[in-house]
Amino acid sequence: MMTVTHTAESRPDVGEKADAAVPGNRRQRSLGPRTAAALFAAPLLVYLLVFYAFPLYRNIELSLHDYTLRAFVQGKAEFVGFDNYLAVFSSSTFITAFTNTAVFTAVSLVFQYALGLALAVFFRSSFRLSSVLRGLFLIPWLLPLIVSASAWSWMLNSDNGIVNAALVGLGLEPLNWLTSPGLALTSVIIANIWLGIPFNLVILYSGLQNIPKDYYEAAALDGASSWKQFWSITFPLLRPVTAITLLLGLVYTLKVVDIIWIMTSGGPGDTSTTFATWSYREAFGTGTPDFSPAATVGNLLILIALAFGLLYLRVQKNQEES
Amino acid sequence: MTATRTWWKTGLGLIFTALMLFPVYWIVNVSFTRTSDLRKSPPSLLPLNPTLEGYTAALNQQLPHLTTSLILGVATVVLTLVIAAPAGYAMSLLVLPGRNALGFVLLVAQMIPAVVMAMGFYAIYLRLDLLNTLPGLILANSTVAVPFAVLLFRAFMSGIPRELIQAARLDGAGVWQTFTKIVLPISRNSILTVSLFAFLWAWSDFIFASTLNRSGDLIPITLGIYQYIGNNTTQWNAIMATAVIASVPAAILLVIAQRYVAAGVTAGAVKD
Repeated sequence: MMTVTHTAESRPDVGEKADAAVPGNRRQRSLGPRTAAALFAAPLLVYLLVFYAFPLYRNIELSLHDYTLRAFVQGKAEFVGFDNYLAVFSSSTFITAFTNTAVFTAVSLVFQYALGLALAVFFRSSFRLSSVLRGLFLIPWLLPLIVSASAWSWMLNSDNGIVNAALVGLGLEPLNWLTSPGLALTSVIIANIWLGIPFNLVILYSGLQNIPKDYYEAAALDGASSWKQFWSITFPLLRPVTAITLLLGLVYTLKVVDIIWIMTSGGPGDTSTTFATWSYREAFGTGTPDFSPAATVGNLLILIALAFGLLYLRVQKNQEES
Repeated sequence: MTATRTWWKTGLGLIFTALMLFPVYWIVNVSFTRTSDLRKSPPSLLPLNPTLEGYTAALNQQLPHLTTSLILGVATVVLTLVIAAPAGYAMSLLVLPGRNALGFVLLVAQMIPAVVMAMGFYAIYLRLDLLNTLPGLILANSTVAVPFAVLLFRAFMSGIPRELIQAARLDGAGVWQTFTKIVLPISRNSILTVSLFAFLWAWSDFIFASTLNRSGDLIPITLGIYQYIGNNTTQWNAIMATAVIASVPAAILLVIAQRYVAAGVTAGAVKD
């Protein structure tokens, strides 16, 4: 679910220097340094070829052929070039899935970030129980998604859900959270924001730790209010961490299937269908799997994720250089 | 800071935490509710009339699935460590040609949506007869953890003082001995962080289980809950009891290994 920064590049090259220091006779006794390194990395290289490159290659192949389930089993499918892509682009689901993906991702990110940041600032000043409570905030993120998704499904249930009971208690009308076309997307977004707060909180909190305390002390001496300190110190200095958090969150949010599939299955109709759930539905969600369109949508999703992923790597690299 | 001021903050913190954890509380509350009270309107906020019928039903029907998930989690951890730790060593402390390119590939690999991987695996497993098998599911789940694990090991191991490695070599330790006797013991915390995440991801996996293991006999707990929701919509207390049980590993890990969790999350995005 997450990525690790390049730290190897920024440190002195341990391997080469260590090898240079080894007397020649020892090196002869064992394998050459490059061979040894290659042997240690060999399992990973084989693994990446077999379990990453090959599935991805199969996926591209699926999208360029017309695979029915029968052709899938027999392995003979007609080559159709980019027909599947044209079919996906002209499908009535495309615009809906595109809009839903954009809304789902953008609204989730904005709220996860804003709430995560507010909580990080709140937990920054230590008070009694602060670290315990901060630890408890991790719980939603550690629970299996099926657990969180079924909890939200039951809470938002039209007839027996606690949310509607609360609305009725306040004298309002109960709502069909998961089954009305206008609300299904909102419901899965609410659940997804809840799921994303812990991740944002942890990263932004550790970003806040890197802002020197002196800045705040100096600002306080100048009579700056907490509100002003936030906007003139915290927020600007947190910008690099913000960029990384949002881009990582974006790449993860684009991939989300479980929470939407379990709560609404992308419905009613297509109203909460995103690219990821669309792809899942075509391949596995119905009785008759349709792998070619599914793989086509999946490949589009990879392209979008990669575009933002590369942007993320670029931002990260710039930050390491500065 | 005065005591009254911090107490005020503690109070506010408690309210925030209570709001955030309400869905979690609700799972627990429903899991103790009698079947006859499930449709009560409004639902009672406290399990005043608690029952274990949800748990009895859950344990009767879901125990084999819990065992499957446990095997799945542990096997995924082992596979991940076996592949990732040597690779991290090669990329950080040995002279591996093209290691920067490899690091880049691993970063990109983490961005590939699981649903896409699932389709590729489905196509391959169909031919190899690995659909609906536990080894197939273990392999698929490891793809989530392996790139993360290699990058975490590389980042940690490149911080090991090179004097230590040199000293070991001068004492006659080969590349392999340096790895097992020096590098691995020092990397204990990274191994724990990797194991924790690999286990939790495999334990929580829904996408691979629901695509590659749809009609297998050995279904993991996540799929058990999903099928429960599908078949058995009247017995939400049993569903929630299963959810509570399925959350136990996460709870245990949170209590005993919170700092490794935080370490794993921040390894993602913030530099030291």
